[in-house]
Amino acid sequence: MSQDNDNNAYWSANVRLILISLVIWALVSFGFGIVLRPLLAGISVGGADLGFWFAQQGSILVFLALIFFYAWRMNKLDREHGVEEE
Amino acid sequence: MDQFTLNLLFVGASFALYIGIAVWARAGSTSEFYAAGRGVHPVTNGMATAADWMSAASFISMAGLIAFTGYDNSSFLMGWTGGYVLLALLLAPYLRKFGKFTVSEFIGDRFYSSTARMVAVICLLVASITYVIGQMQGVGIAFGRFLEIDAFWGLMIGACVVFAYAVFGGMKGVTYTQVAQYCVLITAYTIPAIFISLQLTGNPIPALGLFGEHAASGEPLLAKLDQIVTDLGFAEYTAAHGSTINMVLFTLSLMIGTAGLPHVIMRFFTVPRVSDARWSAGWTLVFIALLYLTAPAVGAMARLNISELMWPNGTDGEAVSVEAIETDPEYAWMATWEKTGLLGWEDKNGDGRIQYYNDANADLQAKAAENGWEGNELTNFNRDILVLANPEIASLPGWVIGLVAAGGLAAALSTAAGLLLAISSAVSHDLLKGQLTPNMSEKNELLAARISMAAAIVVAVILGLNPPGFAAQTVALAFGLAAASIFPALMMGIFSTRINNSGAVAGMLAGLIVTLLYIFLHKGWFFIPDTNSFTDADPLLGPIKSTSFGAIGAAVNFAVAYVVSGMTKETPQEIKDLVQSVRIPRGAGGAVDGH
Repeated sequence: MSQDNDNNAYWSANVRLILISLVIWALVSFGFGIVLRPLLAGISVGGADLGFWFAQQGSILVFLALIFFYAWRMNKLDREHGVEEE
Repeated sequence: MDQFTLNLLFVGASFALYIGIAVWARAGSTSEFYAAGRGVHPVTNGMATAADWMSAASFISMAGLIAFTGYDNSSFLMGWTGGYVLLALLLAPYLRKFGKFTVSEFIGDRFYSSTARMVAVICLLVASITYVIGQMQGVGIAFGRFLEIDAFWGLMIGACVVFAYAVFGGMKGVTYTQVAQYCVLITAYTIPAIFISLQLTGNPIPALGLFGEHAASGEPLLAKLDQIVTDLGFAEYTAAHGSTINMVLFTLSLMIGTAGLPHVIMRFFTVPRVSDARWSAGWTLVFIALLYLTAPAVGAMARLNISELMWPNGTDGEAVSVEAIETDPEYAWMATWEKTGLLGWEDKNGDGRIQYYNDANADLQAKAAENGWEGNELTNFNRDILVLANPEIASLPGWVIGLVAAGGLAAALSTAAGLLLAISSAVSHDLLKGQLTPNMSEKNELLAARISMAAAIVVAVILGLNPPGFAAQTVALAFGLAAASIFPALMMGIFSTRINNSGAVAGMLAGLIVTLLYIFLHKGWFFIPDTNSFTDADPLLGPIKSTSFGAIGAAVNFAVAYVVSGMTKETPQEIKDLVQSVRIPRGAGGAVDGH
């Protein structure tokens, strides 16, 4: 049964990583880009404000970083739990 | 060489390239037709997926929508890239581990029900056909422009080309062709943007130029743009105007829809390993981001250029004269675009000048009365022409214009082909071979696939005669439908063992039906004009427009599936085991054909 327990641990580590990633995903797009934009209005970026920059540039860059981080972290997690592909 | 010949040369050469590759990599077996034999490297796959994904909506339409509204249309930028995060984290690796050919096969097996598979096929067909309508609009505009004919005939010619092109090969032919198409479309998109950014800001990187300094005035580019558009009575470019709730829901719909579109998901079945599926989503987004980081710069800079062309002496000076529009080579693009019926002007007050301003704005009405203007005289400016016209507006060399025409067609064709492949596999593989005629031969299956492609094009052209919006808006409706139907079923299938067959079927149907209903109530039944009961200016539910409803539809899908599953028989043990095995990468061999 130890393989089953390890599989469960693997899965909950994965779900935790997904949740953290999705919080960042929502924060930069729906947060900084839309809802929290008025709070960032004081920080100006080349003729506009930081919220405008996040909406048109920053969120895309963070999305990229998130996907590569997740892929790297998961491939490591696969090996730690011995569930990587043969 | 004149511009017309140059355009034909560029478009002709790019087509010869695609057809050459398609013939070289022609699909022989059904496995190659659907999934390219699974021998595609993640970077290659990422590039092909990016071409598949970036369609007429991204290439031709999106920057135009951003140009004319500014910040409010940032949803397209965040929505169409943020969906890849959902895809990479929530779906791609698990669907690859599952290892079948189509999205509906997963739904059918996971929910142990052929009804679920059929419902998934229906959802997929509805979303894909709506998507094809948007592509056809883009193809029509591109062909209309470069053949210098009416957009209607452009649409007819485009439909024939798409058909001839899509039936050539399956996924394998399409994969390598799409790599070529990606190279053509990204070059075509960025070269004019670099030129224009250099002209306006001196910075060769458009994404940095956007936040840089406007060289002619020394002010920040966006501040200058804000000032010009407000002088003409339009809404400030960088400010938010619409409802925040609607913007959030619209962005969310586009994100969830991205992760629910069959032709994108199918791509992740073609990588060799589960870990490659994770990387592949990242590489896809890298190639998409190259265009998406440039698009807002293209939009803002084009808006600035157009305003300055219409008011060559500044917004307080005299407007451009009709004579200049008709004779000055700098304005030659206006006459060429007028032939497509997508651009128009009229000297209403007969003063020999064309005043372009917002005639609904009270301040500008006062100014108009003072100066004897009788309304906005740039009477028609279809947003979808902006990107294609952009190099001409900025007076760039002829070869750049030809390149952009080729790029626009590459974008529309690659996506249309990918969608038609998804549609044909749904009909021939899931509907016919999976259900109705399981003993069909491979040869007949391929024949059925090609017939269903033809049928899908005919339906899309008929519905596309009355498009429900600009190309990107039509496509946004398709995303709403995919978000409300396919994505929740896939996600619950992987992350919950509790959701059973009845729950999934009820959820998908509820999500699809409420979303379709909401769209038809606002856009007209089957998009037929004047059959709508509400408009997006005054929607049925508070500020929620029909393009934003997909997120609500998805929530309905989740809720219904959860409640119905709670009331019906529990998921059997072998299905729970299947879900457990999908979650673990080990043991992902090559995919097998389930039938």
